[in-house]
Amino acid sequence: MAETVLSIEHVAVHFGGLVAISDMNFHVNKGEIVSLIGPNGAGKTTAFNVMTGFLTPTKGAVKYCGADLKGKKPHEIADLGLIRTFQRTSVFPNDTVYDNVLIGLHRQGKLRLAEAILGLPRARASEKAQRARAAELVRWIGLEARANDLAGSLSYGEQRLVGVALALAAQPKMLLMDEPVSGMNASETHTFVQLIRKIRDSGVTILLVEHDMPMVMSVSDRIVVLNYGRIIAEGPPDDIRRNPAVIEAYLGQSAKDVVKEVAVHA
Amino acid sequence: MDQLLQHVVNMLVLGGTYALLGIGLTLIFGIMNVVNFTHGILYTFGAYMMFIVVHQLGLNFFLALPVAIVAGWLLGAAIEITLLRPLRGADIDTTMLVMIGAWIAMQSGALWIWGGVAKSIDNPFPDAPLVIGPVSVSWLRLFVLFAAALLIVLAYSLINLTKLGKAMRATFQDSDTAALMGVNVSLIYTSTFAIGSSLAAAAGALLGPVYVVFPQMGDLAAVKAFAIVILGGLGNITGAVIGGFILALAEELGAGYVSSGYRDAMGFLIIIMVLIFKPTGLFARAERVG
Amino acid sequence: MKQIVTLLCLAFFVSVPMWLTDPYLLNALITTGIFIIGAMSLNLLLGFTGQLSLGHIAFFGIGAYVSALTSLGFDVPIHGDFHIVHVPWPPIVGFFLAIVISGFCGYLVGRLSFSVRGAYFVIVTISFAEVVRLVALNWVELTQGPLALTNIPSITIGLPGLGYLVLKTKFHNYYLVLAVAAISYFLISRLVHSHYGRAMRGLMENETLAVAVGINVTKTLTLAAVISAGIAGAAGSLYAHYIRIIDPDVFAFISTVTMVIMVVSGGKGSLAGPVVGGVIFGLLPVFLRPIMPPEAQWITYGVVLIVILFVMPRGIVPSLAAKLGLARAGGTRRASIAVSERTVEEHA
Repeated sequence: MAETVLSIEHVAVHFGGLVAISDMNFHVNKGEIVSLIGPNGAGKTTAFNVMTGFLTPTKGAVKYCGADLKGKKPHEIADLGLIRTFQRTSVFPNDTVYDNVLIGLHRQGKLRLAEAILGLPRARASEKAQRARAAELVRWIGLEARANDLAGSLSYGEQRLVGVALALAAQPKMLLMDEPVSGMNASETHTFVQLIRKIRDSGVTILLVEHDMPMVMSVSDRIVVLNYGRIIAEGPPDDIRRNPAVIEAYLGQSAKDVVKEVAVHA
Repeated sequence: MDQLLQHVVNMLVLGGTYALLGIGLTLIFGIMNVVNFTHGILYTFGAYMMFIVVHQLGLNFFLALPVAIVAGWLLGAAIEITLLRPLRGADIDTTMLVMIGAWIAMQSGALWIWGGVAKSIDNPFPDAPLVIGPVSVSWLRLFVLFAAALLIVLAYSLINLTKLGKAMRATFQDSDTAALMGVNVSLIYTSTFAIGSSLAAAAGALLGPVYVVFPQMGDLAAVKAFAIVILGGLGNITGAVIGGFILALAEELGAGYVSSGYRDAMGFLIIIMVLIFKPTGLFARAERVG
Repeated sequence: MKQIVTLLCLAFFVSVPMWLTDPYLLNALITTGIFIIGAMSLNLLLGFTGQLSLGHIAFFGIGAYVSALTSLGFDVPIHGDFHIVHVPWPPIVGFFLAIVISGFCGYLVGRLSFSVRGAYFVIVTISFAEVVRLVALNWVELTQGPLALTNIPSITIGLPGLGYLVLKTKFHNYYLVLAVAAISYFLISRLVHSHYGRAMRGLMENETLAVAVGINVTKTLTLAAVISAGIAGAAGSLYAHYIRIIDPDVFAFISTVTMVIMVVSGGKGSLAGPVVGGVIFGLLPVFLRPIMPPEAQWITYGVVLIVILFVMPRGIVPSLAAKLGLARAGGTRRASIAVSERTVEEHA
């Protein structure tokens, strides 16, 4: 039995009288790529916000590596190695790509204030190591040509890559990616899928929220389908493709294209 | 007990003008998202208009009030058009700093033109106060209370009953949507600033004869207005009225029972307390703008 | 390149008293220098964390009063016959106490007010400064209120056995202020280029993302507030021991505005910004004084602030740097991407 990294245990989220998530229960194993899908408004981003401490669940618990995340602030959760990326505003726009990654390396650079200000040997060594690591990460995502450009001036797809580099800089054990390929063209998406695999192969567990069906089908080990705040299906891509409840859910959303896409990739 | 009654009467007189100041600022802050440091200057300006009309032009006291209000409206519109309109879309810090620059320049201008010596404004009311049992109140202060109440009702009707008021409320909710619905947002901003400014000028014109008139009189008034807006919640007119009276009560009680030196500290303490413990204001759940 | 310019500027400032003998100008330079230290500390908050504190003068004033009272001593009745009595200590102790106590006040204000942002933060900080001013005005037993604290001794430096030097003349005070300014500049520069500074920039630009990569917002902002307040307190102490008389007007809101003008005109978020803006706005009155009355000077101040915001919203230093094609004020760009020799495969 594989080791469980993240488990969502009967989580419910209510906003006043509105139920965003009624009962969500699933887990992610170490080294897996799991996708959380569902029609618009199904509660996917809400689920992410709960997992990363931006929202407190009304009921239920989120456990990461066996520890309950209840009451933990977002930066404390990040400190545990559970890192997320954002759908929009995924970068620090007024800094260079390189500096973006340096900011992302925050968790690695913890020094005493006096060391940092006086420039003691340990601080200098740490600074040098961080700069080397930042350069390496920028190269790794293939943006070395844009390293000295302001992140805000990059194309949408490139900004998403910077967002991933930032998240990787924080040394995740597990990465939560919120619609990483939305707005990307086919070739960018293709490159990105390879990047995701590469990240997983380096030992990072991944949970995706995504709309792009072909991408989800090709990259995921397992898929969890959410509709109206509850899980309606769970399993490997092949099962999900044929699952009548899933097709129904997407049809209900009047998205015939999606079904077609699902069928084509079947 | 008698002393308390007297404080309550004083509170009503003060609270009415504070409410005017507060309504003016909450409209500007709420609708335009501008931290308006010139609000206190408009207050000073209103008081000086009163002085000019009564003493330099030798006209009637009761005529001076509407003149001050109109002059405040015009000055407000001028500030909005020259300084804020070109900065539409700029961040809140930038407009705030521009307003600080305008405040410094205008206050120094007032000092240059009118000098630093405090001036008093004559009023046509009898000197002997109205005495009811243990409470005494001057006729001038009674007039101030009724004039303030009338202006509050007028402002209220303007926001709630007129087409302009409806457009202002729509802009407060969502300026982009309002623009799509055909609201001339630019015009609404100018009107809002002008109306807010005229209310501040009215407050100054009313309190000028009660106290004395000097160029820095508006500084504390501006802070008090901010305290009222924060108490009442952003863009909340009813909240601003209640906030005005609460501030006046706090000041009266603070001055009466603690030390008169700390009278003006009440506004600041209220700001600090409210923002730390209830940042959305005391009446945040109440209906906004109107 | 940048360091050479900094050193050249420092050398220039060191040389000034050697050729400038006019006491009036030297006095203007000293008070300007003190305000530049204040402006640099304000820039740490405003330019590097994005928090506009308009109550910054409070820390300056607290520093001035702490330092003055430490060196003057006091006897304050608290309740009945219970008094708190303090015998005078050397002014240099007051200087360090000013830093510590102002820094502590920065901590308190930071913890309380960082729960609100934007306009509300601005208003809380103004209120805080005004409350402190009213306390200084009304707590007459301690502060003498409007009567002012007078005869504040000059700072004395020295070591036992090596002799002492009383920094009384303008010449001495100029170098004292320059030394404190240089140390503050160095401190702030190291701080903003460290990972602490990157955390500050990160949460200024995108707070949600900063939190998601593990940056502790409260801790980072509070740290900036403490250091900023401490430096402002040092400036206040220098002011008290140089002018040698302080009253509650030291808390005047207009002084905060002066610092803000220095920072914004020079360029917030640029290390040199407050220095450039400070020299311009600190010395402007010297040139305006012979040609116009004080009211007109202030009008000019207000108008210049507005004009700068309209034509050069980023400030003089960043605008010039952009013109000359230099890097952003952050300066982290110098480390090129070529630092790493490792390959992609190695990581993957």
